[in-house]
Amino acid sequence: MDITLPLLILAIPLAMFLILGLFGMKMSHKLAGVLGCLGMGTVLVLSYYTAFTYFFSGAPEFINAANERLQYLVFDQTWLQFTDKLVIKLGFLLDPISAMMLVVITTISFMVHLYSMGYMRDHHGVYEHGFQRFYAFLSLFSFSMLGLVVAPNIFQMYIFWELVGASSYLLIGFYYTKASAVSASKKAFIVTRFADLGFLIGILVLSFYTGTFNFTELTSIPVEGMADVFQVNEGTAETVRSIFQNSAAPTFMGASVLTWALVLIFMGGMGKSAMMPLHIWLPDAMEGPTPVSALIHAATMVVAGVYLVARLFPLYLMEESALVIITVVGAITAFYAAMVACTQIDIKRVLAFSTISQIAFMMVSLGVARPEIHEGLGYMASMFHLFTHAMFKALLFLGAGALIHAIGSNDYTEMHGLRKYMPITHWTFLIGCLAIAGIIPFSGFFSKDEILSACAGYDWVAYLWMSLVAGMTAFYMFRLYFLIFWWKEHKVKEGHHAPHDQPWVMSLPLIILAAISCVAGFIPFGKLVSWNGISYDFMAHFDWSVAGVSLTIAVLGIALAWKMYCKENSLPQKFKNAVPALWDWCFHRFYWDELYMFITHRIIFGCICRPLAWFDRNIIDGTMDSFATVTNKASEAIKPLQSGQIQMYVWYYLVGALALGVITVLCLI
Amino acid sequence: MDYSQFLAMKQEIALLIVFLLVFLYDTFMPKGSQKTLPWFTVIMMAAVTVAGFFPWGQQSITAFAGMYETTPIIVAIKNILNVGMIIVLIQSIKWANSTDMIMRRGEFYELILVTLFGMYLMISARHFLLFVIGLECASLPLAAMVALDKNRYESHEAAVKYILTAVFSSAIFMMGLSFVYALSGSLYFQDIYFALTNKLSVMLVVALAFVISGVGFKLSIVPFHLWTADVYQGAPTSVTSYLSVISKGATAFAFLVILTQVFGSFYSKAWEWMLYALIILTITIGNLFAIRQRNMKRFLAFSSISQAGYIMLGVIAFNAMGLAAMMYYILVYIFSNLAAFGVIGAIENATGKVSMDDYKGLYKTNPRLSVAMMLAMFSLAGIPPFAGFFSKFFIFTGAINQGSVAIYVLVLIALINTIISLYYYLLVVKAMFISEDECVIPNFKSAFSERLGLWITVAGILFLGIVSCFYSSLLNLSEEAPQMLMYFVG
Repeated sequence: MDITLPLLILAIPLAMFLILGLFGMKMSHKLAGVLGCLGMGTVLVLSYYTAFTYFFSGAPEFINAANERLQYLVFDQTWLQFTDKLVIKLGFLLDPISAMMLVVITTISFMVHLYSMGYMRDHHGVYEHGFQRFYAFLSLFSFSMLGLVVAPNIFQMYIFWELVGASSYLLIGFYYTKASAVSASKKAFIVTRFADLGFLIGILVLSFYTGTFNFTELTSIPVEGMADVFQVNEGTAETVRSIFQNSAAPTFMGASVLTWALVLIFMGGMGKSAMMPLHIWLPDAMEGPTPVSALIHAATMVVAGVYLVARLFPLYLMEESALVIITVVGAITAFYAAMVACTQIDIKRVLAFSTISQIAFMMVSLGVARPEIHEGLGYMASMFHLFTHAMFKALLFLGAGALIHAIGSNDYTEMHGLRKYMPITHWTFLIGCLAIAGIIPFSGFFSKDEILSACAGYDWVAYLWMSLVAGMTAFYMFRLYFLIFWWKEHKVKEGHHAPHDQPWVMSLPLIILAAISCVAGFIPFGKLVSWNGISYDFMAHFDWSVAGVSLTIAVLGIALAWKMYCKENSLPQKFKNAVPALWDWCFHRFYWDELYMFITHRIIFGCICRPLAWFDRNIIDGTMDSFATVTNKASEAIKPLQSGQIQMYVWYYLVGALALGVITVLCLI
Repeated sequence: MDYSQFLAMKQEIALLIVFLLVFLYDTFMPKGSQKTLPWFTVIMMAAVTVAGFFPWGQQSITAFAGMYETTPIIVAIKNILNVGMIIVLIQSIKWANSTDMIMRRGEFYELILVTLFGMYLMISARHFLLFVIGLECASLPLAAMVALDKNRYESHEAAVKYILTAVFSSAIFMMGLSFVYALSGSLYFQDIYFALTNKLSVMLVVALAFVISGVGFKLSIVPFHLWTADVYQGAPTSVTSYLSVISKGATAFAFLVILTQVFGSFYSKAWEWMLYALIILTITIGNLFAIRQRNMKRFLAFSSISQAGYIMLGVIAFNAMGLAAMMYYILVYIFSNLAAFGVIGAIENATGKVSMDDYKGLYKTNPRLSVAMMLAMFSLAGIPPFAGFFSKFFIFTGAINQGSVAIYVLVLIALINTIISLYYYLLVVKAMFISEDECVIPNFKSAFSERLGLWITVAGILFLGIVSCFYSSLLNLSEEAPQMLMYFVG
């Protein structure tokens, strides 16, 4: 494959970032926006072309005679070589999941670029302050995210992982004059950085024992009884396998260090993907502009954790205990987030918790994936759900953005009955809700159903649990939908325009994403993405009993929401009064933030940081100050040496040369 | 006689041709077109540089009865110096075309080419006779160059101090050489090496001390450095920048060649410890003096003294990585220091101000120059991701690879000194960016040549580190330099 196109996919967003960042303030707002859109549009075309070539060209470097998809390194350039073994490379890896992610990222990113042209200005068409900066950051984010998914080694992934975190930080804090936005961006950065500490340690442990950073070598481990995964580098693969299977690595606290490495790497994924207990940053991250929430905190960056686990999936298969941890964390998070989503009144927070819950679905799906269960259906289902979820969740966020833009508030108690005023938003939002609820034939139905099938094959508890969460998903999404668009007639405030639909630059992305959400379920995903590269027909594993149950549950959830919220009535209040404690706990997100506050402020700051601060101020600063004093004194003392007299210079020279000889003679001979 | 020997000297001969052309241009061209002389020299020098990258003739060859040697790594260091030379020449154009300099413009370019020729000889010499010719050729014309600012009193003073110290150091150096000759009966590097292997004597140690001090003078190693500050301050800025980078880089390499190829067998017995002490003295005392300086040129003089100490770490490492790291350090140092001197020169040419106090608030009046200066300071201090960080990193790694505990301590001391150096480099940045004072330097438009020089150096600071091929190609070269490695093993 030609190297230029993939290189351009990375180079264009970076160039856009530099151009808009350095010269943005000198161009008009419109030019900056158009440039950003054009750049992203080009990347979109290139990525589609690349993905299409990878999947459908049938070239021998992409797919072998046995119909197995291969990992293909477009380029892999040595960047830093410390020793023979410790080499850091930068490259571009094409395989089913990275090609799929290219499509997802560029699609959503382009939609958001387009949408922001309308969103980032007020009702009179005046551009927001920092519009160019916004586009520069969007480009930086796109660059980092694309670099992350195509990384052929875990170190490059880590570099871009941090870049993604940094650009997310910049975009959450875009309204830097608002105190809540600033603290939200700090929170997001600190929480994910904390998780990344685990990630980094995991990387170091893993690469120390396996001797490589490269995914192609790490994940080409032959799993017993199965075909080789992406046949490459048999030699290294054999070593990696022997390390894992013979437990050559030492144990630490009862588990092999490799299990620890994988769990620590998963911890990085937990931070980025907002799994409990590291989820607390995501709801606050909604302080950023809504298009940013759609791009980063719904569709792309937050699924990086899922992507990471999928990337290293063959390794996780070797250590089943790590997969069990992933399943349990995912299941608890999914349930918890769904509970909380049922009670929130901020439209973006509901979507945020829904995102957490849906990502947890993907995690569970990876956690229950086994080669022997439906030929590893869970892996495929997870990636499928990642794809469909990105589309409909971005749609929902952009729709929410349109509502916020029209009403001027995040609080949906101020919305109600908007269906007549904003028909486009209404219909596209409804499609998004149907898709996430899992109603046939919308895309969410297919992907969620496969996750449930995979769970059913693994364990009936997991299956029942996740089905319950799926029902709750339908309930809270339609609660949101009915409260916004029905409930009661909308009252137009005195002196305000009636809310109306948005300009076409904002509507177009909604319509496109809605169309994708309608048809994406029919993509034969199993033919394209599977855990070992062998394409298979997932309809063979399609279980109508599972599908029927999940469909019934979803309809029940919707019906309940319809009963409670379609028209103004007292049912919700009655429910609230019936279980006040439960309601309170859900509404306050189970007091996680307060718990964190207590731990950080009282315990960490009080017991650890204060004494350390004292130590720092008195002992360390004191030492440093005395260093400085000594340096200064010494500098003062040797001043006469530089007298300016040439006789003295020569004299010192001679003395120096003689002393050098004499002292050496005395010491050595 | 085998005339193909001359092909081995292609870089020296090319330089001589340029020198002759510049001389003819200066003498015979009509007065009207004299103004283009500097650009003519730059273009000629660029041609020499480009030619240096082409592998003409044999790669490794000894010529003239073993007096002269060239190898790929020697070509590489000459190429590095050539690149630095081009930048120096570009930066000197504005000054060379000023009214004061019109009468002496030709001399500057002729003399600077001659000194570079001398440095080439020092690098390639395998016989002390040729080496001394090169050394003198690189020293004496410099005195004339230092005195080029005829109307400034400091320029004269600097020239006198320089020539007296140079003569004195040459005398000491020759004395050392005569001891070596007395002991070994030869002036060929190789003969001396084999004649003296493992025959350590008092006389030899004294000879070694004298040789080190003689070369140390040009490198401005403490305590042979005392001329540096006065000369750097007094000399015209272009000459100062030349002295501080090209002259220093060439001498450092020649120093490494002498120590390994002539005295390689006494590494752990003698000169490792001499260098050990000298490095600590050089870095520390250079830093301690740099803290106090308010004159930018004097400040950079002391900074360059302590930088020479870091360069010496590559010599004391005594392995292939140390050699590669030293050459890389020289390359990066050329770019960083020339960026600093480029800014100083531009400001001096426009306003005549060289004091750090005048730089206060410079960012408000001349933001671009301030950013270039800041990058230069960051690179010199070794802050990532600028090139200076990588060069420091590699030179420390090279030294640590030597393996002995004493070297660990040395690297630790060097690291502590990096922190001290950070203080004074940041003083400049602080003055430019943070100081609230009204800047005495007004906004001015620098000449094209000055901007070109700064763009090149800034690009070097930004990319030499991150783009890894520069260092890795040097590492490959030095690992494949058998005649160097032979002595490392021995």
